[in-house]
Amino acid sequence: MSGHVVASPEGFQLPDSQLRVIRWMIYLAFFALAIGILNGLGQALNYSRVDILQYFPGMRNYYQGLTVHGVVNAIVFTFAFANGFLSLTTSRALARPLRSSLLWASFGCMVVGFLLAAYAMGSGQASVLYTFYPPLQAHWTFYLGLALLVVSTWVIAAALGLGLRAWRKEHPGERIPLMAFISVATYAMWVLASLGIVVEVVGLLLPWSLGLIEHSDPLLSRTLFWYSGHPVVYFWLLPAYVSWYLMVPRHAGGNLFSDSLTRVVFLMFLALSIPTGFHHQYTDPGIGTGMKALHAVLTFGVFFPSLLTAFSVVYALEIGGRRRGGTGLISWFFKLDWRNPALVAQVLAMLTFTLGGITGLINASYNLNQIVHNTAWMPGHFHMTVGSAVTLSFMGIAYWLIPYLTRKELVGGGMALISSWLYTAGVLIMARGLISGGLDGMPRRTLVMEAPYEKPSWELAGMLTGLGGTLMFIGGVLFFTVLAATVLSGKKAKEPQDLPFTKTIQGPAETGWELRLDRFRYWIIATVILIVVAYGPFLVEYLPGNFTSPPYRFY
Amino acid sequence: MTVERIEKAFLILSAAMLIAFLGALFYSSVAMGMHLPGREGEIVPTDVRNTPPFDQPGVHEVGAGEYEVVVLGRAWGFEPSEIRIPAGSRVTFISTATDVIHGFHVEGTRMNAMLIPGQITRLTYEFDEPGEHLIICHEYCGIGHHLMYGRLIVEEGS
Ligand code: HEM
Ligand SMILES: [Cu+2]
Ligand SMILES: [Cu+2]
Repeated sequence: MSGHVVASPEGFQLPDSQLRVIRWMIYLAFFALAIGILNGLGQALNYSRVDILQYFPGMRNYYQGLTVHGVVNAIVFTFAFANGFLSLTTSRALARPLRSSLLWASFGCMVVGFLLAAYAMGSGQASVLYTFYPPLQAHWTFYLGLALLVVSTWVIAAALGLGLRAWRKEHPGERIPLMAFISVATYAMWVLASLGIVVEVVGLLLPWSLGLIEHSDPLLSRTLFWYSGHPVVYFWLLPAYVSWYLMVPRHAGGNLFSDSLTRVVFLMFLALSIPTGFHHQYTDPGIGTGMKALHAVLTFGVFFPSLLTAFSVVYALEIGGRRRGGTGLISWFFKLDWRNPALVAQVLAMLTFTLGGITGLINASYNLNQIVHNTAWMPGHFHMTVGSAVTLSFMGIAYWLIPYLTRKELVGGGMALISSWLYTAGVLIMARGLISGGLDGMPRRTLVMEAPYEKPSWELAGMLTGLGGTLMFIGGVLFFTVLAATVLSGKKAKEPQDLPFTKTIQGPAETGWELRLDRFRYWIIATVILIVVAYGPFLVEYLPGNFTSPPYRFY
Repeated sequence: MTVERIEKAFLILSAAMLIAFLGALFYSSVAMGMHLPGREGEIVPTDVRNTPPFDQPGVHEVGAGEYEVVVLGRAWGFEPSEIRIPAGSRVTFISTATDVIHGFHVEGTRMNAMLIPGQITRLTYEFDEPGEHLIICHEYCGIGHHLMYGRLIVEEGS
């Protein structure tokens, strides 16, 4: 079936210099993930009261490891992957390289930021967890490192924006290629979203850690943190969605249904991701319940584009399954190519994400949130979102991306399949453990192994957590084995490959209201208005704040 | 049915589902009175012990079957660490943190909130069933975080 292109022109090859810097970003991402899952194993076993952390070199205590786990997984891994992957999709879609100098600058920021944060965490001067709530204070290198990690994403945003502007000059009146549109929309969202954390870290915490300001305001900091801390989950997720919309259909032999619907979905994420942060602060004092209710409504709103995504993705898979001879209401599903590692990892990611989404809706309902807030339920929930939907998707992408970037063939496809299944089984078992424990009050972020209190029901919950975490870890080890084998000993591919993206059944409209979708400027203005509505009243009421907390270093 | 119609049906169904969930949520908060902590006023964390009511942590009977429990969270314990109240009483917890952020979760109940230095947390709950609950600090508060807990004992009605 012919269809409409999402990137132009067919068969365009990016120059080697561009691929090289992207390759390094992706390597950095997976290097971070490797460190992260090692710590994950230690944490999961903590809940089953097995202490392996004592054997980790340089590890002083549980909370130091947990800080590393959160920072390298949730910040370094995800940011580095997004930087590399969406630079690639954008430049390929526009058929013009981005400025290599900017890409290298971004990579440099990220390496330096990572090293600074690693120094602070490794030397035990920043065991403040990846949320770093004041008045627990870390060494200044930790804050500076985090700031640089964010700056590295801004540099990519600049590179994408400049690339798009240049493309528009060369193609007046043309629709932005879909793959570039959704990649740029992701970064536009994140640039607006990251302002909170940058104001917090650079404006308040960095000078405070240097002794230039004496006091912090813990509530104001938390608010700035969660202003960025909720939308960051969409910054994690949207690169995976780019793949689910445009690449998974291709792996499955299907097609994406609608160009316009896809653009609308990403614009909804742009507008609705940010004004929802108070759902992380439902149980905080100092924030009015009216504002919390408003954020609850908007949180349900931002669920909507994910439901639309489910529609598009399932439809594309179904086309693929039916083309392979599948029939019936669901049996086409089993006809998918279950031997394609890139597809299998991402289909499994979608399945775990269904559960992640349902538990997410429960968290968003503030009365239920009061039951599960800060219990082990929460890591149970988000390992089914970022910890697997996103992570498994990035692993699935790696199965074609690493061969593409290195011009080598994948080694160990069978092992890759086993890795995905193990990781999925592991995350479901671990989540089952954490969720049931959490419903019975088992706290998160806690060295339960050495806590003086316990409840009998936590025992089974903890065992499942440890078992599931171990399976995830083994799945991760297999993944890294495949990756290393491919990079080190993969056969040279015969001819250069293109990115595996799909075509759309309903292409971009050439006239009508859809043209307005491409005017980012208006959507950004709309987003800013929503942000002002969602946060303005609180800030007006609360500022100048309550800067009375001196620093503590209890670790 | 064509894809377009399936798509439209799916859109409407999704939206309806979310709106129904929201309706249930607001029903529970308005009609059933499930409340979240809100704005209760500010305090200077280093001066908490001289600021009423936090100068007298403990259980205070304020009316027939009505109690106020003033709780301080500090590294690493709650003051008081044990709370006893008779079954059937209505308890308002008034609480804050003296140093870093702590959590306050009366396990087995909806009493789940953050204690943030500089802010006052107020929660009300009716304890009908006799029994014992752990009070768990569920926010990381430093190296001794897992040592921080208390107990709430609901005694047989007197
Ligand atoms: C082998 C794989 C993994 C295992 C066994 C694992 C296990 C765990 C466990 C048991 C916790 C809870 C610790 C606690 O609350 O005390 C946790 C926290 C967390 N994990 Fe993982 N995890 C894994 C991979 C990942 C990945 C891939 C990501 C993200 C990309 C991730 C992100 C997080 C985050 C953000 C936290 C919260 C940290 C905090 O509370 O400060 N994890 N992990
Ligand atoms: Cu959130
Ligand atoms: Cu604590």
